[in-house]
Amino acid sequence: MHVNYTNQSNSGAFSLPDKRMAKIHAPSQLKRQLFYDLLFRGATWIFTLIVLILLTGLVVSLVIGSLPAVKAFGFNFLISGEWNPVTEQFGGLVPIIGTLVTSIIALSIGIPISFGIALFLTELSPPWLRQPLGTAIELLAGIPSIIYGMWGLFVFAPLFAKTGQPWLQDTVGQIPGIDFLFAGAFMGIGTLTAGIILAIMVIPFIAAVMRDVFAVVPSMLKESAYASGATTWEVIWHVVIPYTRIGMVGGIMLGLGRALGETMAVTFVIGNAHQLHASLFMPGNSIASALANEFTEADGELYTAALIELGLILFLITFIVLACSKILLLQLRKRDGDIS
Amino acid sequence: MYTRRRIVNAINLIGSVLAMGIGLAWLFWILFTLFSKGFGGMNLALFTQMTPAPDENGGLLNAIAGSIAMVTIATAIGTPVGIMAGTYLAEFGQRGWLAPVTRFINDILLSAPSIVIGLFVYTVYVARVGHFSGWAGVLALSLIVIPVVVRTTEDMLRLIPNSLREAAAALGAPHWKIITLVTWRASKAGILTGILLAIARISGETAPLLFTALNNQFWSVDMNRPMANLPVVIFQFAMSPYEYWQELAWAGALLITLSVLALNIIARFFLRKHEQINQ
Amino acid sequence: MNEIPDMANNAKVTIHDLDFFYAKYHALKSINMAITKNKVTAFIGPSGCGKSTLLRTFNRMYQLYPSQEAKGKIIMDSRNILDAKQDLNILRAKVGMVFQKPTPFPMSIFDNVAFGVKLYEPLKRNELAERVEWALDKAALWDEVKDKLQHSGTSLSGGQQQRLCIARTIAVKPEVVLLDEPTSALDPISTARIEDLIFTLKQDYTIVIVTHNMQQAARVSDYTAYMYLGELIEFGNTDTIFTTPKQRATEDYITGKFG
Repeated sequence: MHVNYTNQSNSGAFSLPDKRMAKIHAPSQLKRQLFYDLLFRGATWIFTLIVLILLTGLVVSLVIGSLPAVKAFGFNFLISGEWNPVTEQFGGLVPIIGTLVTSIIALSIGIPISFGIALFLTELSPPWLRQPLGTAIELLAGIPSIIYGMWGLFVFAPLFAKTGQPWLQDTVGQIPGIDFLFAGAFMGIGTLTAGIILAIMVIPFIAAVMRDVFAVVPSMLKESAYASGATTWEVIWHVVIPYTRIGMVGGIMLGLGRALGETMAVTFVIGNAHQLHASLFMPGNSIASALANEFTEADGELYTAALIELGLILFLITFIVLACSKILLLQLRKRDGDIS
Repeated sequence: MYTRRRIVNAINLIGSVLAMGIGLAWLFWILFTLFSKGFGGMNLALFTQMTPAPDENGGLLNAIAGSIAMVTIATAIGTPVGIMAGTYLAEFGQRGWLAPVTRFINDILLSAPSIVIGLFVYTVYVARVGHFSGWAGVLALSLIVIPVVVRTTEDMLRLIPNSLREAAAALGAPHWKIITLVTWRASKAGILTGILLAIARISGETAPLLFTALNNQFWSVDMNRPMANLPVVIFQFAMSPYEYWQELAWAGALLITLSVLALNIIARFFLRKHEQINQ
Repeated sequence: MNEIPDMANNAKVTIHDLDFFYAKYHALKSINMAITKNKVTAFIGPSGCGKSTLLRTFNRMYQLYPSQEAKGKIIMDSRNILDAKQDLNILRAKVGMVFQKPTPFPMSIFDNVAFGVKLYEPLKRNELAERVEWALDKAALWDEVKDKLQHSGTSLSGGQQQRLCIARTIAVKPEVVLLDEPTSALDPISTARIEDLIFTLKQDYTIVIVTHNMQQAARVSDYTAYMYLGELIEFGNTDTIFTTPKQRATEDYITGKFG
């Protein structure tokens, strides 16, 4: 090539030690680095594979474990409310409905409150209060669920039986058509109480997502609405909500995912009765609390299998809900990406 | 017309303030309950004596020790596995089938009900060996840690600008050194946050331990036998009809909540530090 | 290289029929040129013309990204560095690079500069300290940081960070230094300091700089290449390019009629 070293203008002040070049080119050193690269990459690959196997194994083991029950009861498992360990007749209807009903109650209480909190944190709160209040709400999410359960059973339920339940029966319980929901004795514990405790537990999750999606609304959009004379509420109703609809639903789904799978808090207050009642004041059962209460005591293959099948159903329900939430949040991100 | 708009506005904004108040009230109500019912039980015996029979005096020493042991081992197992897998997903996962599949499964498990994880460990481990054990509890807890650490590691590594990797590569650093010396370091605070949050979460987990570690009324350091742990002891004592047990349960509840909240606050501190560095 | 015959003898790098692809997108089209030893060569042109892409082929930085591909030959010291057998890490130790935005590593100032050195040279403690001081001095940063070598590299100001990155690059004693718009994120005073630095560094190194600032190219470079849409439009002495460009397109760009 045309490289001409005689014209080299390297001054004495800077000379490249030849020794170094020799070292760099030492083939053993080179091979060692290549080997380390391969080794490191291989190690991360193997650990990833381990994670994958463990997590896949989890799903597969649930399916295998529930096979005896699936074979014995088939589709009937989903529509039968009978749960009799003595005759070995098992149907999952009561806990499945219990799980769904408590989650629906949790959401119908939790969504408006979460919305209010998110609104307060993004639009109304003085800036210096935002951080501490936000942290306080997030700490609510950090409290272990067993604490919610204890608090629900020992503090909330007695109070609810004394004041909350009579009041509900006297007011909404008088409305024809839904009066049956609030019928019965005031026991404190029961489906409604479980739903209320769950609501407190999902609020921080939903509020956190809502706050984050509210925060991404371009301030220009809000300012132009304010500039045309809109009140704060009108800006929220006509600008913020339409803009963040998808994200809000994603956050609600996330909260729903938590409510469905919550075990300990519900176990304390739901009453654990394998009966279907129309009234929300009556004790019920949820999948997670049925598992927590009965699994260690279950004798007989069919009993265990039926409980595992319940676990599998719970897993599938949460999976669908979380998949929906993920798809929605992903769409939101894609849309935001298009805008920016 | 304008008056009506203003009234609507005011009503809704008041509603928002009320919602905030309700949220805060709940937090303080729960904390107040914990302190008023649990503080009385906070004494030296709690940390020095074993869980008692219903009619004896005692403490929670074996439960505290069991919890600490299981949480520590589960973290020690779950963290390296999670970091390595998260590193693969972020740094090598552009090609091949393994990364997208693992990412998908990991995301599902991240928010799967923890009781399902207990079921899994029961069927594949406890049922096989025929008895509950500390190891089974460790396995269940590390299965909760792993998805959290995988996720945070991947997210934090992805936040590192490519220019930092290029700068290290431009100096001739081999890939493994770029990752271990530069990108891991740059995302240290973020990954640490994830680990702390994972520890906070498993410290309070009860459901997966019910079918795995179960409980043990006595002192035991044998991980191969049923092992006492705070959450399950709290659950059993709280649900019991004995007043003294319930008192102990409240003391344990206060203890566990304070530790978990402290972990959360420390994690937040690291997260803020991480954000400051990345600005 | 007919336009500049005097370059051939002193070429550090020669490029032959270089094509570059981002997946399907053809980003560089048959580039031929030579980079002269111990001179500053500047690449100018509008955004997306391929000047940074061309720069990143010199240390094969593009290979971090699987879908990017270069075809052709780049000869450095009579070896084709695009050859599959070329060891990438060695190439990158020989060809240093400074980026658009400062990229201090999350470690102390000292460790930042020592990072690349430690990779290839098993120096003793004091030798390493000497090398770090030498590099920081070369980068005109020593006086400002000598009392806080253990502070984090990220604690410096933007201009200082960029000089730290230059120190880090020259600490490994590369032969070629690539500068990818090194001052685009800096204030005018820091920019001036770095331009001074480039001027002194060219005694020891072959320097290639990408810049979107034509005054900068005129100030610091000996040769200038004007690129447009992935093609090398004109290449020659900086003075010639800026005073009497041969191509109409170059003239339009330089006089600001376009771009």
